[in-house]
Order: sequence, then structure tokens, then C-alpha cells
Amino acid sequence: MSSINLKSTSTYLRQPDTFLRVRWRTFRLSAWLGWQIESNWADPFLFAIYSIIKPLAGAAILVVMYSVITRGDFESPIFPYIYLGNAFYMYVGQVMTGISWAVIDDREHYKTIRYVYVSPIHYPTYLLGRGVARFIIASISVVVTILFGMLFLRLQIDMAAVDWGLLLVGLIVGVNMLAMMGLILASVMLLLVHHMWGLGDAVASALYLFSGAIFPLEVLPAFLRPIGYIMPLTYWLELMRRALVGEVAQAFPTLAGYSNGQLLGILVAMTVAFALVSGVVFRFCEHRAKERGLFDMVTNY
Amino acid sequence: MSQASSSPVLRAVLEQEVKKNSGWRLFIQTVIARAYPRLIGQQREKSWMFFDIFLPILAVSAYVFVYRAIQAPEDYIGFVIVGGAMTAFWMNVLWGMSSQLYWEKETGNLALYIMAPNSLMAILLGMALGGIVATTLRAATIIILGSLLFKVSYAVVSFTQLFAVFLLAMAALYGMGMMFASVYLLLSREAWHLSNLAQEPVYLLSGFYFPIKNFNFWVALSASVIPLTLGLDAMRQLAFKTGGALGFLSVEVELLVLLALSVFFLAAARILIRYMEKLAIREGRLTESRR
Repeated sequence: MSSINLKSTSTYLRQPDTFLRVRWRTFRLSAWLGWQIESNWADPFLFAIYSIIKPLAGAAILVVMYSVITRGDFESPIFPYIYLGNAFYMYVGQVMTGISWAVIDDREHYKTIRYVYVSPIHYPTYLLGRGVARFIIASISVVVTILFGMLFLRLQIDMAAVDWGLLLVGLIVGVNMLAMMGLILASVMLLLVHHMWGLGDAVASALYLFSGAIFPLEVLPAFLRPIGYIMPLTYWLELMRRALVGEVAQAFPTLAGYSNGQLLGILVAMTVAFALVSGVVFRFCEHRAKERGLFDMVTNY
Repeated sequence: MSQASSSPVLRAVLEQEVKKNSGWRLFIQTVIARAYPRLIGQQREKSWMFFDIFLPILAVSAYVFVYRAIQAPEDYIGFVIVGGAMTAFWMNVLWGMSSQLYWEKETGNLALYIMAPNSLMAILLGMALGGIVATTLRAATIIILGSLLFKVSYAVVSFTQLFAVFLLAMAALYGMGMMFASVYLLLSREAWHLSNLAQEPVYLLSGFYFPIKNFNFWVALSASVIPLTLGLDAMRQLAFKTGGALGFLSVEVELLVLLALSVFFLAAARILIRYMEKLAIREGRLTESRR
């Protein structure tokens, strides 16, 4: 028995743990861990309510605001603009903030960050993997919110006219972009002991305001609009709207001058830039956190 | 030891009778002691200004721009600013009151609270008073900044009634928070998720960003169990030109309901905290931390 174990261990040790294999193993296991954490706290029924009621209520606030003023004019192009922007924005809160919350959870709540960090994993990949569960939850919420809009709010999405290819490619690139932003945020969390609770919300709120998620950028004062144009989220949300309801995009001049290909190109370029920046920021923050002894320092130190 | 007891200063200290308060004096002392950290914390760490003022203003601004995008009347901008400021109180009740005893359990303070010869009700009241004062400062700052940024104009009908509505809404709201503190403690780790869940649905039902009158009467009436629903409605009626026409019930009726809610929630808080205290003594498990 022991010889078998020794043999398998030595075989394992002799295997060249390639760059991709370590990362894939890390990603797979941290995604599983994230799912266990996110879904294991309550029974499935309560979990479903939690991931449906909260986003629907958030969307309903906007729907009631809109309906009170326009007396229920859901045919206007501004309604799908607001509704879809808000629905897809759920990914921002869940994926970006979710990845950064892995640091808080491991350090403050479970107090396992030091054990996770010293284990034979690639730590940035581990953080990204922890966002997978949040991505799944967000996807459920987004689908439910859009279906609710179609069934009860006359949100007009013609399934035959949906650009599924653009939707899929845009979603993949967008989620990767959000993951890179989440990694930057998680890296900063490594240095923060106080106030890390509010940082994710702070960034998400700022992006919500400046990315034109729920109103066209033209509504913002002129001096604030450039902030929206330098954010990848602005282009991503526009792509998602164009994929689902193409004609809505033409109703607003914000990005009317750009073709779908151009928007996708800008989004890919920004995602690559964020990936590079996230690598640099992570290495810097990781080094500083270790140097200053902040890595496993909890709030109540 | 013998050297120490031979010191005349130390002997004098040891022999000095410690004056201990009891009854209502101890109650007041406990209230002040528990409110103190909430107030003094404002002074010690100024960074709350960023997280508790700047962030709500960002969220409120997004809703203001939605109203601007759909060309809503200007009073609606004011409704959003006031509603956005009141979210500070709801957040404080959820995370600083309802979840507080649970946090105290997690950090080991709850056992000390229960063992100490003071009233748990006084501890809850201290938390509430400290929370009200600290959050009022934040809410006022949000209203002032938001009003200046978006040029909101107010038309206050009666300052006395406005003040009475605010006081009663706070009494009822924090009474509700005191009641939930015991409930959350009994629910243990589900508390975190309950607080999370009670944000957007309450913002929706209580009409934080629009007049509650737009809902069906029975929906609005059910939502009135949450004190901020009627508190906000009455404040809008009293502070804005078009508020009266958009009110759910008359201000007088809303004041009476808020008074009734205050009495109910404070009484319920007292009953539940006693039950929780008995449970802690009988089962001896209430203060154990389980993850």
C-alpha cells in the first residue's frame, strides 16, 4: 500500500507541472470552492430567492421610477436602454466585486488566506476562480431579469433578430474584462485592512454612474462625459444592448458613430490593457503586502 | 505582593470603595457607554466621509440622472435626494443595529454583555442613539451636498411637523432595529444574508426614490410596516411643493401610525431581548461562535 502511494507520489512529482496545468487546476478548484461558499449557506430554495428577488427588486425600482414619469410608456427606446443596462450591470457587481471579496472572505471571515497563499497554487488564478460562482449567480439573475421584463413589462426583444454571436463574444470578452478589473481590486484589497468592505461598492457605484448603464451619457454634464468614454464598461454595455435590441442603439447618439466591430475592438484592446495592468498591480500589491506584514492582518488586529 | 501591599498609595486605592451605580443611573450610564464608541468613532477615523457620504451621493446621482433622462418634474430630484439620504438610516439599522449582536457574538463581546450587571435593553438603546446621531450627520451632509449639486428647491409647510415626523420615524425605525437585533441573533449566520436581502426590496417597497402612492393601496399599506415608508412620505409632503398631492395618507394619520409603530417595536424589542437573555442562560449556547 505504502509502495503504491510512494510510487504515485513520485510519479506525480516527476510530472512537469506546466504553466497551464497549475493554473487550470487552481482555477477549477477555486471555482468549486467559491461555489461551495456561495451556495452552501442556505437551502436551494432560499438561495434561489436570494439570487432572484434582490436583482428583480433593483430592476423594479427603475421600472417604477420610469413608469411613474412616463405613465407606463414601455415602447419608448429609453426603456430597454435603462432596463438592459441595469440587467447586465449585475455582472459588474457580482464578478468584479466577487473576485475582490475572495481576499476579504479568506482573510477576515475564514482566516485561511495564509494557508491558501502558501499552497502550491497560482494565487491570481485562484482569485479569478473564486469569481466563477458569482458569475453563475449573476447569469441566473440577468436571465431572470430579462425574462421578467419580456413577460411582464413589454420589453421587446425579438429572438429572431438577436445577434447571438455578438452577444456570446461580447459576454465572454466583457466578463474577462470584469475579471481583470476584479483582480486589480483584489490586489488593492491585499493592502487594505480598514475600509475594504466598501471599496468594491465604491468602484461599482462610480462605474454605474459614469458608464451610462441606466441613462445615456449625454445626460451627464459635459465635463463628466469623458470619464464614461474611457471606461470599457460603456462599450461593453452598448454591445450587449446592440446584440439584443439593435434599434435601441441607433436612438442614442453616444456611440452611434461606432460599428459593432469597432466597439468589440475597443473592448478587446481595453481588456488586454486591463490584463497587463492587473498583472503589474497584483505583483506590486503582493510584494507590498508581504513587505509590510499586511497579508493576513485582520480588521480587529 | 507584600511589597505592593505595603505601598501606602496602593493600599489606599485597594481600600477605596468603588462607587457602583444601579437602577436607572446604571441604565443611563450603559446607554451613554454604548453610544460613546459610535460617536467618538466619527472623530477618530475621518475616512467614513468618503464611504458614507461620497458613495451614497454617487448612487443618488445615478437615479437623479435617470429622472433627468426621462424628463421628470424637478421635485422628483428632491425626492431622490431625500430618499438617498434616508438609505443611510436603513443601512445603519440593518448593519449597525440588527446585525450588531451577531457581530458582538462573533467578536466575543456578547457573552460579556450578558454577564455584566447591566440591562441589555440599555445596550441596544445606546447603540440606537449613537447610530441615530452619527447617521443623522451623514444624512444631513448627503441632503445638503445633493441639494447644492442638483439645485433642489424645498417648500417646507411646517418645520414642527417635519421635525416630529423625523423623530417618530427614527424612534420606530430604531425600535425595529432593536427588535431585529434579537431575531438576527437567534437566526445566527443567516443574519448576513437577511441584511443583504433586505436592501433593494425595501428601497422598492418603501418608496425611497418615488412616492409610495404609485403603488396599489394595499401594497403601500403593507409597506407601511417599515417606518421609513410613512416617514419618507410625510417628509416629502411637508418639504416639497408637489409633495402634498403625491402623499399616500395625510400627515396627521402618518404621524399617528408612526407613534403606534414606535411603541410596538420598542415593546417587542424588550420582550425579545428578555427571551434571548433567558435562552442564553438556559441553553448556554447562544454566545458560542459557529462558522
